[in-house]
Amino acid sequence: MFDIYLLETIINGILLGGVLALLALGLNLIFGVIDVVWICYAELVMLGMYAIFFLYVKFGIPLILACLAGIAVVAVVGYLVHFLIISPILGTAPINQLLATGGLLFFLQSFTTLLFGIEFRNIGLRLPVLEVFGIYISFARLLAFCTALIGMIVLYFFLARTYIGTAIRAISQDREVMVLMGVNSRKIYLITSAIGGGLAGLAACLLVLQYDIHPAIGLSFGPITFMICVLGGLGNMLGGFIAAFIFSQIIAIGGFYTEIEWGYVIAFAVFIIMMFIRPQGILGSRS
Amino acid sequence: MNKLFYLIGAVVLIALPFIGVPQYYMHVLITILIWSFTYTSWSIMGRFGLVSLGHGAFMGVGAYTVAMLWNYLSLTPWIGIPLALLFSMAVAILIGYPCFRFRIVGHYFALVTLALSEVILMLIMALRDHTGGSLGLTPERFGEGTSLYALQFADKETFYLIALVSWAFGIWVWKKVDSSMERYALEAISEDEDAAASVGIHVTRQKLRITVISAVMTAFGGILYGQYQMYINPHTVSGVGISLQIVFAVVAGGMYVAFGPTVGAIITISLAEFLRVLIGTAMVGLDTTIYGLMLILFIIFLPQGILGAILEMGSRKKAVRNLAAAMGAAPR
Repeated sequence: MFDIYLLETIINGILLGGVLALLALGLNLIFGVIDVVWICYAELVMLGMYAIFFLYVKFGIPLILACLAGIAVVAVVGYLVHFLIISPILGTAPINQLLATGGLLFFLQSFTTLLFGIEFRNIGLRLPVLEVFGIYISFARLLAFCTALIGMIVLYFFLARTYIGTAIRAISQDREVMVLMGVNSRKIYLITSAIGGGLAGLAACLLVLQYDIHPAIGLSFGPITFMICVLGGLGNMLGGFIAAFIFSQIIAIGGFYTEIEWGYVIAFAVFIIMMFIRPQGILGSRS
Repeated sequence: MNKLFYLIGAVVLIALPFIGVPQYYMHVLITILIWSFTYTSWSIMGRFGLVSLGHGAFMGVGAYTVAMLWNYLSLTPWIGIPLALLFSMAVAILIGYPCFRFRIVGHYFALVTLALSEVILMLIMALRDHTGGSLGLTPERFGEGTSLYALQFADKETFYLIALVSWAFGIWVWKKVDSSMERYALEAISEDEDAAASVGIHVTRQKLRITVISAVMTAFGGILYGQYQMYINPHTVSGVGISLQIVFAVVAGGMYVAFGPTVGAIITISLAEFLRVLIGTAMVGLDTTIYGLMLILFIIFLPQGILGAILEMGSRKKAVRNLAAAMGAAPR
């Protein structure tokens, strides 16, 4: 029997996948180029959401400008994360970098609690729900999905067509040789970190339309982003893109038949099993 | 000399509850001991580069298994604890064996174990009809509240001694691992897995064994916490937050020295309590803000931890003195 609610679930899953794919993209970019996992990535998104909230609600700046400013703020934060935290410990054991960003996760989460309290906030903007052939689609999600896709395409062309993009791709392929070729790796790392931060800011713009903002929001979609990146092969952007849609479908359909937590349980369990079947990720190649 | 120190330390620690320490300080001490035990359990594997972000899962498995067996089947913790430990062992093998067999190391290992702690957190939430979800779970009181059968103690003194013995056991295991041949094998593995395998070290077996020891001990730490607090909540005994908290305290104290995790627990818990008493609840999150900042600074400037740095300084001074004495010069 054709189930219209199931179809609605699947479509919503796809739309959710777009945002997850965007999140995974930023993380993958940073991992692929700098070889560092920013465990605090979702907290940067949270920071961006707060920035947009305050600019839009408290200072009355138009939403579009607030969003652009939010992206810029998180890009600067991303730059600073690399400049202040990662670059001093770049040569040490890789796990140190992961733990240092873990410390940043703690810091950002509790510092925002300290500053803004634990109450839930939202920008008070309710976008309409579209009805297409009896299927209800949230306009905010559709917008998020399209923006995420556009963001990814822009990033693709930036990496493929520009000089700096080429340098970024080159350095992710061979860290040692590119330095010998005269590429300033430090500069490239900083640019990449800023772009990664900017992508987190873009994700913040899209999420702020759909979710309430609170200091722990990072924990609700941070872990899933890591799982997506690892499932797709850490650093593999196309793999992460596909994995995001696999995950969002598992969560959506699993949540449709049972409860949303079970959707997550199944998704994480699938992730662990997939790690054992293909440890290098669905498209990844790991030496 | 060293033995004497240990003896004095042991006597003081055992005597503490009998000299009339106020209840509040007893509570802080018990909390420190329980968490020290858990942190020590983590560092048993963490020091060999096996950075697990999934130890929250083992705590959760331990605490919830015992509490639920008690609440629903009226099974005494005397049976419940061994079952919970077996269960956590099974979880550790289930996740550890494939990880080590398929060479999932470094970032990947950290992220797979992170997924594990999320699975357990989400499971507890999803089974909210039985576990209470995010409202938490309270083990039912048995009679007056003090019972050996139910392992519930209304007075702090008894629990202090239990926590003390557990902590001492944790330190003993740490030392045992430290002085074993396996330690060299595991250090070799953490340096270079292929080279270790080529000299005849069974990589998978060695890693799995240390993981199981660490996981089972962590589960026991979770059980202790549950029995002491008489309340467990998925966010206080499992999930990413708690896993990171474990890692942080160990890094702060010192991962490579026996009492490092204990020092980490003392620092973090006293800081939290100090701030709570000083400022009250008006500034929620201040303690974790400071932790977070400290964790970053520690990793950058003091990766060997506080106690590690102090001991290192001491041994360097001693080495300089010995060298000077050997050369016949005056000590600097």
